[in-house]
Amino acid sequence: MKGRKIRVIVAKPGLDGHDRGAKVVARALRDAGMEVIYTGLRQTPESIVETAIQEDADAIGVSILSGAHEHYFREIIRLLKEKNAEDIILFGGGVIPEGDIPGLTGMGVGAVFGPGTPTSTCIEWLESKVREKRAAES
Amino acid sequence: MRGKGRLKKVSESEVCGDLLEGRKKYDQAVAKGLSRHPEMKEVFTTGGGIPLERLYTPVDIEGLDYCEDLGFPGSYPYTRGVQPTMYRGRFWTMRQYAGFATAAESNARYRYLLEQGQTGLSVAFDLPTQIGYDSDHPMARGEVGKVGVAIDSLADMETLFREIPLAKVSTSMTINAPAAVLMAMYIAVGEKQGVPASELSGTIQNDILKEYIARGTYIFPPKPSMRLITDIFGFCSDNVPKWNTISISGYHIREAGSTASQEVAFTLADGMAYVQAAVAAGLDPDVFGQRLSFFFNAHNDFLEEVAKFRAARRLWARLMKERAGVTEPKALMLRFHTQTAGSTLTAQQPENNIVRVAIQALASVMGGTQSLHTNSFDEALALPTEKSVGIALKTQQIIACESGATSTVDPLAGSYAVEALTNEIERQALEYIDKIEEMGGMLSAIERGYPQQQIQDAAYQYQRSVESGERVVVGVNKYQVDEEGGARELLRVDPSVGEDQVKALKVMKQGRDNVLVGNRLEAVRTAARDEGVNLMPAIIDAVKAYATEGEICGVLREEFGEYRENIVL
Repeated sequence: MKGRKIRVIVAKPGLDGHDRGAKVVARALRDAGMEVIYTGLRQTPESIVETAIQEDADAIGVSILSGAHEHYFREIIRLLKEKNAEDIILFGGGVIPEGDIPGLTGMGVGAVFGPGTPTSTCIEWLESKVREKRAAES
Repeated sequence: MRGKGRLKKVSESEVCGDLLEGRKKYDQAVAKGLSRHPEMKEVFTTGGGIPLERLYTPVDIEGLDYCEDLGFPGSYPYTRGVQPTMYRGRFWTMRQYAGFATAAESNARYRYLLEQGQTGLSVAFDLPTQIGYDSDHPMARGEVGKVGVAIDSLADMETLFREIPLAKVSTSMTINAPAAVLMAMYIAVGEKQGVPASELSGTIQNDILKEYIARGTYIFPPKPSMRLITDIFGFCSDNVPKWNTISISGYHIREAGSTASQEVAFTLADGMAYVQAAVAAGLDPDVFGQRLSFFFNAHNDFLEEVAKFRAARRLWARLMKERAGVTEPKALMLRFHTQTAGSTLTAQQPENNIVRVAIQALASVMGGTQSLHTNSFDEALALPTEKSVGIALKTQQIIACESGATSTVDPLAGSYAVEALTNEIERQALEYIDKIEEMGGMLSAIERGYPQQQIQDAAYQYQRSVESGERVVVGVNKYQVDEEGGARELLRVDPSVGEDQVKALKVMKQGRDNVLVGNRLEAVRTAARDEGVNLMPAIIDAVKAYATEGEICGVLREEFGEYRENIVL
C-alpha cells in the first residue's frame, strides 16, 4: 500500500481484563507492517477516542469479552461523531453473540471478528478499508 | 541407598539386556518402515511444546525413585495425590462457577445447581464488584451484572445466600483485590444465619499477583495488596480456620496463553512470594501453609495435563519443605481446584466443546483434583444457559460414576510417558522459578514484565501455529462446516439489571445509619494507615453497618493509591 503506514489503536474499554486477544491482534497488525498503539486495560470511551484523534489513527480496534460491547461501541461512536472523527474506522472482537453483530454494524462498527478468526482476515479487511478511505480522501 | 522402591536399573538386569536389544530391533524396524510409511510429522510435541518420543520405555525414567519421587497417596511428595484413598472415599467437589445479574437471580441459579447434585458453590462477581466500584460508579456503566453478580453491600450478600445454609455448603468466591471486603460480608451473613465464622468453609481467590500478570482485576499497588492478603491469612488462622485463604491461580495465566510448564512455574512462584510475605509478617508457614489452595487449568493435551498436575504437587511439596522449612504435612500438600479451559472452546460448531470439556475434565481427575468446574459448551458465545450448565455438570457425574477412572488411585502413575512428562514439566518449571528468584522474586519479575512477556510470546506462537495449520483445531482450521448462526438460545442479562441495582443501592443508603457508616469507614482508614494493625476487624465492622464495597475500597484507594499496568507488548 502506498503512503504512510496504517496507524491503528487497539483498545480495551472498561473493566474487562481479558487482553490475550487484544495483544495477539496488536502484534499481528504490527508484524503486518502497521503502527499499533495498544492502550492497555481500563480505558474509557473518551480516552480511546482522544488517543485515536491525537495519534491521527486510521482505525480503532476494540476488544470486549465482558458482554458490555453494546454500551462501549455506542459511546465510542457517539464521541467520534461529536469530535467530527467519524472517518476513523472502527472494528471489534471478543465474545460477542452473533445475533448482536447486525445491531453493532448498523450502529457504525465496520466489522466484528469473533473467536477463531484468523488474524490474516482482520489484517486484509483493515488494509482494504484503509485503502478505500484514503482513495476517497485524495 | 535409594531404597527398595527403586525401579530395576535397566542396564544391569537381564530383562534390561533384552529391553535394550529389543529397542534396537524396534528402532531398526521403524527406520525401515519410515521410508514407505512416513509419520505425519517429523517432530511431535505436547501442546506446550515438549518434544514427545515415539515410544517411552523404562529407559526414559531410569533415574526415577519410587519412594522419593512418587511415594504413596497422602504422603510426601504427594505426586500420587493428597489423600490416601482419593476418589474411592469421596468424589471431588463438583463446583460450577456461576453468577450473573442480581443477587436474587444468582441465588435462584445456585439453588438450581444444588438441586442438580452440585456439592459446592462458586460465586462469580461482576467486574465493578471485582474492582471495588459500586454499581452507580461511572466506570460501572454497562458492566453491572454482566460477568457475574453485582454485590454492593451486605444487603446484596444476604439475598445471594438466602435459604442456602452456610454451615453445610462450602463456597468459593472469585474475588481478589477486594477479597477482604467480600470475606467480611460472608462472615456477616454467616453470623446472621447463626453460623459462627469458625464453622464456615470455602475459598476466596485472593491472588493479586496473577491479576498483575494475567487477569487484570487489580486495584491497589503490590505492597498494600500483599498486606491485605497477609492480614486475611492472619485473621483467618485465628477466626475462620476451615477457610482456604487464597487460591493461587494458574488458571488465568494459562488462559492468557502460557504453556503448561509456565502455568506451573508462575503459579508456584506466586505461591512462594505469598509464603515469603506472610513469613515476613510474622506468620508461621506450618500453620498458614495448611490453608493455601491452588487453582489450575485443564487443557486438551491429555497426557501433558495429567503430568502437569502431578508435577505441580511434587514440586510444591519440595519447595515448601526445602525452601520454606515446612514440616507439617498438611502445609506441604498442594490441594487444587480445576476449571476446564475456556480458551479452548470454539464459537464454531460449539457442540464439539462438550467433548473437549469431557477430555479436560478427565485429565483433571486423572491428575487428582479436589474440585472441578466444567465449562459449558456455549461459553465462546455468551454466558451459559441453564441447559448448557446442566450438561457440563452431568459430564462430571458421568466421569465420576461411569468411567471407572475413579476406582483406583492415580491410575496413570508408572506410565513411562506420563512419568517422563511429569519429570520434564517439573524440571522446566523449576528452571523458571529459579530464574524468577534470581530476579529478586515474583514482584520484581512482574515489574520487569517477565512473566507477562513469556505468556504473550507463547500466546502469539499458539495463534500463529493455528493459522499456519500446524496446530489443528477441529471446526476452526480443519473439518469446518457451514453453520447457520444467530438462532441459538443464549443467556442474556436484562439491560434493566443495572438500573434496578442502582435504584436498590440508593434505597439501601437512605435506610442505613449514615453516621455510623461514616465512623466505621474512618476506622478502616485509621487501620489502613498502621501496617501493624490487621485490617479485617475494621472492615467487618464497616460491612455490618452496610457500608458499601465501593465506599470501603474508596477509602483504601485514597490510602493505598492505585496500580498502573506495566504494558508489555
